[in-house]
Amino acid sequence: MPYFLAYEQINELLAALSALGYRCLGPQVREGAIIFDDLKDADQLPWGLRDAQKPGYYRLEKSEETEAFAWANGPQAIKPLLFKPKESLWRVQKNAEGKYLFQETLPEHQPIALIGARACDLAAMQVQDKTLLTGQYTDAHYAWHRQHLLIVAVNCSYSSQNCFCVSTQTGPKATSGYDLALTEIEDGFVVEIGSEKGEALIHALACESATKKALEKAALRTQHAANMQSKRMPKNNSRALRDILMNNLNHPRWEEVAERCLSCGNCTSVCPTCFCHHQTETPTAQNDGSVHAREWDSCFTQGHSYIHGQVIRDTTEKRYKQWLTHKLGTWWDQFDTSGCVGCGRCITWCPVGIDLTEEMAAISGESNEKK
Amino acid sequence: MKKNKHPIDTPVNMNVVARREESSDIFTLTLAFSDRPEFSYDFQPGQFNMLYLFGVGEVPISILEHGKNDTQYAHIIRRVGRVTQGLSLLKVGDCVGLRGPFGRGWPLEAAKGKDVLIVTGGLGCAPSVSIIHFILKHRADYGRLMILQGVKHSSDLIFKKQYAAWASCPNVQVALAADVSLPNWPGHTGLITELLDQVHLNTANTIVMMCGPGAMMRATAERLSTLKVPEEAIYLSLERNMECAMGHCGHCQFGGYFICKEGPVFNYLEVKALLTQKGF
Repeated sequence: MPYFLAYEQINELLAALSALGYRCLGPQVREGAIIFDDLKDADQLPWGLRDAQKPGYYRLEKSEETEAFAWANGPQAIKPLLFKPKESLWRVQKNAEGKYLFQETLPEHQPIALIGARACDLAAMQVQDKTLLTGQYTDAHYAWHRQHLLIVAVNCSYSSQNCFCVSTQTGPKATSGYDLALTEIEDGFVVEIGSEKGEALIHALACESATKKALEKAALRTQHAANMQSKRMPKNNSRALRDILMNNLNHPRWEEVAERCLSCGNCTSVCPTCFCHHQTETPTAQNDGSVHAREWDSCFTQGHSYIHGQVIRDTTEKRYKQWLTHKLGTWWDQFDTSGCVGCGRCITWCPVGIDLTEEMAAISGESNEKK
Repeated sequence: MKKNKHPIDTPVNMNVVARREESSDIFTLTLAFSDRPEFSYDFQPGQFNMLYLFGVGEVPISILEHGKNDTQYAHIIRRVGRVTQGLSLLKVGDCVGLRGPFGRGWPLEAAKGKDVLIVTGGLGCAPSVSIIHFILKHRADYGRLMILQGVKHSSDLIFKKQYAAWASCPNVQVALAADVSLPNWPGHTGLITELLDQVHLNTANTIVMMCGPGAMMRATAERLSTLKVPEEAIYLSLERNMECAMGHCGHCQFGGYFICKEGPVFNYLEVKALLTQKGF
């Protein structure tokens, strides 16, 4: 049964989360973009701001609505909290006999409550769960962060020009993966409960049940966000893209897109499912120990495909092809899902505005325009 | 695996118990779980370990064979990058870190009772040496063993003595090919695929194991197909940059596979489509 959380209760929610030991993170404006940062008070939220997004373009503008979540998304998803940009994996100490003592370095920090994750962000998290938690090996670091994260999702009531989650069936309404899911309506939020933790929180806040009218308004909001979308992924992001891509490895479009692509790797940094990382080593100044860490990597770098003296993907064309064929194609073979969740970040944050739905349209022959 | 304690996430300390120079840039390091024998594990030829050099980093190295006992593991290493350069300076008694074993090895069961054709190209192909040693150790379980090695230039051939030693083993045939050769080259001058006609395969009862450059493996597989060797009887070991060995870092992703996890040994049919695709 959904509840109603009034704007005035946001601070109560923050207080309740803090009392449970959580560090609260929520959307705020930093350097012209909305990102997640420590949230102590509802006043810090981006009230009345909206993001205008186009290929290679992101600007915050005043919105007509004076709401806190009138925007679509910023450059981050949940990824940097779970699969950290840099994280130490283990350390080694050399003892007096010259032997090495290795020790895994698991994270130690306060659990995090994230407020404002979007449906596409949750979908991306579930894709990363498949990469890092299922199968033969489990990533202990990702698992630790995952266990120590509480998610208050906020359903979208607005889509940017780069959003296409309707076609990827990952939004604009969150369907799983959250503890609480909010939909902003006038004066507050309709709240849906996704877990026992979320339920306990709502009961502690003494929220009232949402009225039928509030539920109708909430449904209209997400419907509005869905209707706003003008972009789509051809073949609705289905497994069919796998064969289309793998049967078109010599398509002339690859050469054409490579002429525009700067191979900068921005797309992979903002992509909420990209998981490539390389390992780094930092010895202590005394040289008696060393820390082995991992750091985000990108298949758009030369080094990514380096192997004893040669680089397998030595051109931008090979790298772009690698990225797209993996993300939309062979991801299916490995994880039984697409690697794309329709968030549009790679389009927005690409300095030259390359749009993967447009590339896919060129290769598949199916339009990327949503009717 | 006989025990499930082998180190996967975090390395354990290993002692260098033996080292041998194989050529100017290839050496064999034998490592032992001196303090923690409970970590010792069974492995399949073709699997690899991640060897860690203190303060420098890790590198994937194919496991050659056990040393004097089954807590010891020999690795053939080519000095080529920072880590292997550093490993080449280690002496008996020095320490390294190890995680492993990782990946899928050669199809030992499928090969039982059959002739085995090993085709390798390029400079010293460690995964093939592990299976050759394994077959020689379990000689009665396998039929004829044929070893074909191709090099660009006849002077690239390392392990010359090794080939002679293998050739003198019962029911073993060794053939060498060099694209370009100097006088007195005992092998064939030309492509390795041309050697396939000389070995007279019992095509219905042969398992092929290849390792080396993609183009060579593709050409060999195609020639074998025309000789009526079924494609499903052909296996190959692939090599890519592997940093985590657990299918998480993305460097060895090859189409729908992570080479570190689903490979490095594949059936030819699994990887045929991408084998000569540039950029994969």
